[in-house]
Amino acid sequence: MILSTPAQLRALLDATRTIAMVGASANSLRPSYTVFSYLRTATPYDVTPINPTLSELDGVAAYPSLAAYAAGRGAPDLVDVFRKPSELLAVVDDAIAAGAKAIWFQYGVVNPQAIARADAAGLNVVVDRCIKVEHARIRGGLSTAGLNSGVITSRRTPPRGAG
Amino acid sequence: MMQREKTFGFSTRALHAGTPPDPATGARAAPIYQTAAFVFDSTEQAAELFALRGYGHIYSRISNPTVAAFEERMASLEGGLGAVACSSGLAAQLCAVLSLAAAGDGLVCAQGVYGGTVTQFGVTLKRMGIETTFVAIEDLDAVRAAIGPATKLLFCETVGNPSGVLADLSSLAEIAHERGIPLVVDNTFATPYLLRPIEHGADIVVHSATKFINGHGTAIGGVIVEAGTFPWDSPRFPLLSQPSPGYHGKVFAETFGEYAFLMRARTEVLRDIGAQMSPMDAWLALIGLETLPLRMERHVENARVVAEFLAARPEVAWVRAPQLGSVFTFGLRGGRAAGAAFIDALELWSHLANVGDAKSLVIHPASTTHSQLSDDEMRKAGVEPESVRLSVGLEDVDDLLWDLDNALRAADAA
Repeated sequence: MILSTPAQLRALLDATRTIAMVGASANSLRPSYTVFSYLRTATPYDVTPINPTLSELDGVAAYPSLAAYAAGRGAPDLVDVFRKPSELLAVVDDAIAAGAKAIWFQYGVVNPQAIARADAAGLNVVVDRCIKVEHARIRGGLSTAGLNSGVITSRRTPPRGAG
Repeated sequence: MMQREKTFGFSTRALHAGTPPDPATGARAAPIYQTAAFVFDSTEQAAELFALRGYGHIYSRISNPTVAAFEERMASLEGGLGAVACSSGLAAQLCAVLSLAAAGDGLVCAQGVYGGTVTQFGVTLKRMGIETTFVAIEDLDAVRAAIGPATKLLFCETVGNPSGVLADLSSLAEIAHERGIPLVVDNTFATPYLLRPIEHGADIVVHSATKFINGHGTAIGGVIVEAGTFPWDSPRFPLLSQPSPGYHGKVFAETFGEYAFLMRARTEVLRDIGAQMSPMDAWLALIGLETLPLRMERHVENARVVAEFLAARPEVAWVRAPQLGSVFTFGLRGGRAAGAAFIDALELWSHLANVGDAKSLVIHPASTTHSQLSDDEMRKAGVEPESVRLSVGLEDVDDLLWDLDNALRAADAA
């Protein structure tokens, strides 16, 4: 199922505990590093880099592939993808084989065939969004930066850092 | 249970956007976070914040929870991606310009804008190497011709101050976008309640929050709202699309995507010019916004009645009735001397240099707000020596008319 409404994204982020990040980079100027570092330091998620050129990233053991991750850690709740559109069909096949429940394609990481394949396999799919931005929208991070979170509520939410 | 999605209306957002109950205390009214700085959870969290990877407050020159609440509410009301608040309307304008332009670059600006904008662009920015071309924005061909390869933005006011000319925002946005530059609109006089420039193609909206947003004349403030739809990764905007020496080689357009402009405006320009809004002033603006829809209805209705009253008076030569909002000018038959006598005879209208207060205000632009302009510049800005500018407030309109009637008689006798 393709998820896009705020309630759907919130439900996905609430249900997620483990995240395998395909294409996580050790270059601190890359968007993937920014998102990895945010997920590791500012959220309760258990995030793991998937990158054959890394053994670890900021002290977190890396896996060379989703298959290796699944063998060592079990099925990831969510696969977060920073890869070229031409490589996404293979990433989707790997995510399905690894037993992932959801796949998240980051900004510009768009391949309609890959999206359709993931959807048909029963995965929850998020397309052309940033998991950092959507998490920060719900947990108040965007609001601290004067950004329009779209959140309107008279209910009290937990303080930052509470999950 | 999954709730049904609801898009909340303008008045609801004017009350709620940016201010859910305070997460720390449950306070329902927005707390005033009157603090210079914020403790870090750990050295690791501090490093994440300084590297712009985490969200959180460091120092109130860059961001503050009360100010952020005001920013988010403004972004919501204007239909933007986000906002950056500044210490005044002119500071907001400067911060917006410096986020896109540097020495050697140019701006194209509407003639007939606020005199303070004419001096900021035409004198102060010129000294810093940024050249502004002022054009009559009714002449779309002239606007097109004025935009050169070094031009970084097209600037206009929704309603010219005090000319009252309404800008054709969608045509101006089309021209700007054809030439690869953003349209920046000062929406102070209309407010987002009457008109939202982003819906007409504008990319950046600036405000003097001192006026209708605050609404009560209690603080100076400004704000920038950005739509988030302009392609900032263009080589035309190296400040956003090339590595920044101010942030260890970070490329704002690559790291922040649609948030690039807002992030640079806050973390480099506002950080470095130090023109932030204070928490107290942000709180006053937040409270002001809660009643913006109600106030604007009454401002507009009172302005209509006052303009009709003046148009019917023999002492009045002309009335430039407002097309939008409640600020407008009229001219007395007696010229400059009659204008002065008129203002000196008023009892209820306040003679001061501001607009958008709940109270009715009056000024003679030629001897005050526009006195720094030459006669020629003044005429280009739509100001005649006999013109009087009114900002119609929320009083009982009969009382406003009573006062105007007395002053018109006094002016006639002078």
